[in-house]
This record gives sequence, C-alpha cells and structure tokens, in this order.
Amino acid sequence: MIRVQGLQKGFGAQPVLRGVDLDIATGEIMVVIGRSGGGKSVLLKHLIGLLRPDAGTVTVDGTEITRLRSRDLDRVRERYGVVFQGGALFDSMSVFDNVAFPLREKRARLASTDVRARVEQRLDQVGLADMGHKNPAEISGGMRKRVAIARALVTEPEIVFFDEPTTGLDPILVNTIHHLIVELHRKVRFTAVMVSHEIPEIFEIADRVAMLHDGVIVEVGAPDAVRASANPVVQHFIRGDVEAVSADSRR
Amino acid sequence: MFPTSTHEMWPLPLRPVAALGRLSLEVVEALGRFGLFLLQAIRYTLTPPFKVGRLIDRIHFIGFRSLTIVVLTGAFTGMVLGLQIFLTLSRFGSEAYLGPAVALSLIRELGPVLCAVFVTGLAGSALTAEIGIMKITEQIDALQVMALSPMRYLVVPALVAGVITFPLMVSIFDVVGIFGGYLVGVELLGLSPGTYFGEMQTFVDWSDLMTGYWKALSFGLIVPWVCAYKGFNCGHGAEGVARATTQAVVLASVLILVWDYFLGSVLP
Repeated sequence: MIRVQGLQKGFGAQPVLRGVDLDIATGEIMVVIGRSGGGKSVLLKHLIGLLRPDAGTVTVDGTEITRLRSRDLDRVRERYGVVFQGGALFDSMSVFDNVAFPLREKRARLASTDVRARVEQRLDQVGLADMGHKNPAEISGGMRKRVAIARALVTEPEIVFFDEPTTGLDPILVNTIHHLIVELHRKVRFTAVMVSHEIPEIFEIADRVAMLHDGVIVEVGAPDAVRASANPVVQHFIRGDVEAVSADSRR
Repeated sequence: MFPTSTHEMWPLPLRPVAALGRLSLEVVEALGRFGLFLLQAIRYTLTPPFKVGRLIDRIHFIGFRSLTIVVLTGAFTGMVLGLQIFLTLSRFGSEAYLGPAVALSLIRELGPVLCAVFVTGLAGSALTAEIGIMKITEQIDALQVMALSPMRYLVVPALVAGVITFPLMVSIFDVVGIFGGYLVGVELLGLSPGTYFGEMQTFVDWSDLMTGYWKALSFGLIVPWVCAYKGFNCGHGAEGVARATTQAVVLASVLILVWDYFLGSVLP
C-alpha cells in the first residue's frame, strides 16, 4: 500500500502541491486526473523518489521513502516499474536492448537465453514481437510507449507508475494502450498508479480515480462515484468546461 | 529589520550590495556542487560494481573517435613549429637545435594543451550534449528509478576513459608532431636527419616527458568532469543543451589553460 500524507512541494515562490493526501491499495489501478500543469507529474515524481517534498510523507508498505538515503531508496525502487511520459527509451540502444537493459543490469545472474525469452515475451505482449532490432528513433510514438511499458514490466515489478502513457496519441492507440495495461494488470496483478487526463476513457480502466486540483486531492473514489461527484470542480473538468475550470483555478 | 528572504525588497541604496552578496553565494554554491560532483564520481570509481562494457564504449567514444583530429592537428602543429622555429633559429645560426626545440615545445606544452582543447571540442562537447539530451528526455530519471546510479553509469566510465586515453592521445600527438617538424625541417628546409633527432636525444629528458604526461592525465580528468557536469546540469529543452555544451567547451578550455600554467610552474 502506498500512503501519501500532507505532501507539499513548491518551486521557488510557486506552490505546486499544497497538502496531498492519498491512499493507494495494493493491486489496484489508481488514476490521478487533473489539469495539465496541475502537479500530477510532480506528485508521481515524489512517489518514485525523484523529488523530495518540502513537507509531508510518502510511505510504501510501511517504509517512509521521502527521507531515505539513496541506497535504501534503491531497494524500494527495485520493486518499481516506471513508464515515463516520453518513454525515456535509451536512444543508443535497440528496442530489444532497451527492454533487456533492466534485466541485464539488475538480474545479472539470469542466463542470456532467459533474458532473451523474457524480453521476447514482453515485446510479444505489447504487440512488437518483430521490432526488437529497431532503434527507438525508427519507431512511432505509440510503439515507443509500448516499448516503455514492456521495459517497465520486464522485471515483474510490484508497483508500476504510468506518467501520461497515452498523451499525444490518436484515440485508437489510446484505447490500445489502455487495454494493454488492463490486460497486463490482469495477468501480473501489479499495483498501478497512472497520471492521465484522458477523459472519459480512463474511467473504463481505473479501479479508483483521484482528482488533483490546485495542489490538493479534491475527489477520490470509484470511477462512477467520481463521475457522479457533486463537486463542481470535478464536474467542470470531466465536461471540459474551459471557462469554469479556469475560474475554479483562480478561486 | 533587514529582509531575510530574497523575495523581500531591500532599500534602494542596499540593493547592489544585496545583489553582489547573492551572486557571491551563488558562485560559491555552484563551485561547491562542481567539486562535490567530482568527489562523488571518484567515490563511485573506487567502489564496485564496475561497468567495464561502458568503459570500453567511452574509450571508443573519447579516444578512438578523436584519433583522426589528433593525428591531423598534431601533424600541422609540428609542421608550423618546424617552420617558425627554423626561421627563428636560422637568424642565430642555431638550426641544429630545431629537433629539441620542436620536441620540447610539443612534449612539455603544446601536445597536452592542444590535444586536450581539440578533444574537448570533439568528444567533450558530444559528451555534454549526450548527457544533456538524456536528462531532458528523462533517460537519466529512468536510470535512477531502475535503481541504477547515473553517476556510475554515465560519469565514471567517461572519467576513467579520459584518464586512460588522454596520455595515449598526447603521445600520438607528440610523435606525429615531431615527424611534422621533421618533414618541414629536414625534407623541405634541408636540415640533416641525424642533427634533428640526435640533438633531441641530448636535450629531451625523462622529466620533460613526465611533465607532459602529468598534464595529459589531469586534462583527462578535467575534460570529462566539466563536460559531464554541464550535461547533468543543463537547462530545459534544446536551448538548455546548446547552452550547456557551449559552457562546457569554454569552461574546460579555460581550466585546461589555467591548470597548464599551474602545473608548468610547479613541475620540473
């Protein structure tokens, strides 16, 4: 279980997170929604230990990670898989080597035949079985995202973080990637924390949805409960009411 | 009561003083970060696991790919030295000393310095750009969340490769330069080959070679250190990477000259 309590973070004089409280249960798909630039990725970076908060805590299965030394933090991270917004594939390596990289580095005892088998299995699961030899620059944006998902899952992590995995993709690819995540989640049963603003598609795949607005979580619950929320901020966001959302932010 | 935050406004007459103080603190902080970066890299260099594959890749990146430019610039540096020193020595009737003059200039000074500056422009700038692009495309974050140290993976191999390859490249630069001087002095201007090489053996001794190698070793540390640091601390987007690359080349070149003067004055 991941527990976020009173998380605050500012950059210069600009507060981004102003006291985030959120519990993420083991094995669920939690989707954090909210406006672009609203601090969703900053929240995610605290969960994976890339940022240290000004105040508040992040606890992963009882271990408070915000004040851990890097060596201890690495032990927690070994249970993680992360899909970055742009994929963050290593452009000096082929698709195959990108997916094999975490295994080669972190599972040094694994025989090369096992590495190959696992990588091929993951590439097959994301529908890129014959793309291993390509360079990341030679494949499309959607394929890069799928390679990033394969790389994040190849070590069979317990917790997978997705930072806007479908941003900039066409609706068909958005659905493809969402279904891929659900399918892999069903097979592997990892805890998934996803940052997204794909409304309404995201309601189909989430177990629970949390809305981050102006640095605090304003609503959290099952997709239907969030959709039916009486909170006007949530309703304005779901309906894509530009003026009302801007007015909400000003308030 | 004096303002305690940088956001509070100082009285007008004190603002330049406040700005100077802020600038001084920023410079000291930046120098501290710069120094700590090297100390951290050295700590990772001395502790396992060692990334041998990455080291070989970096030796290829810094050393092998710079060979053409090292040979080319070495040859022309030697030829220019041969011509200019010959013309100067001929005024005093001392052309016989062309060999040692070319060799000493190259081995003690020009070999390490010019080689380091050219390699900075070629491999150092590429190193900054590579690390900078990895930073802005979250590849460094990806390494971190895989519980892999970017320092161990990206900086340490470059530093060790610099320390290994710079003395070798300087050796090649010196040898090619001496033959460049030979080409001009002996083949074009008519000095005897025996005089060119014979006098060299008389005047160039071991301490001259060691001076050059100490310089090469230290430049081999300075160039990857500066270039990796600038890549790691680049700003946002393509502009941030471009600025970091320029700053890395300028800072590394200045440090090479400053350190060269320092070593030149303390080494025999």
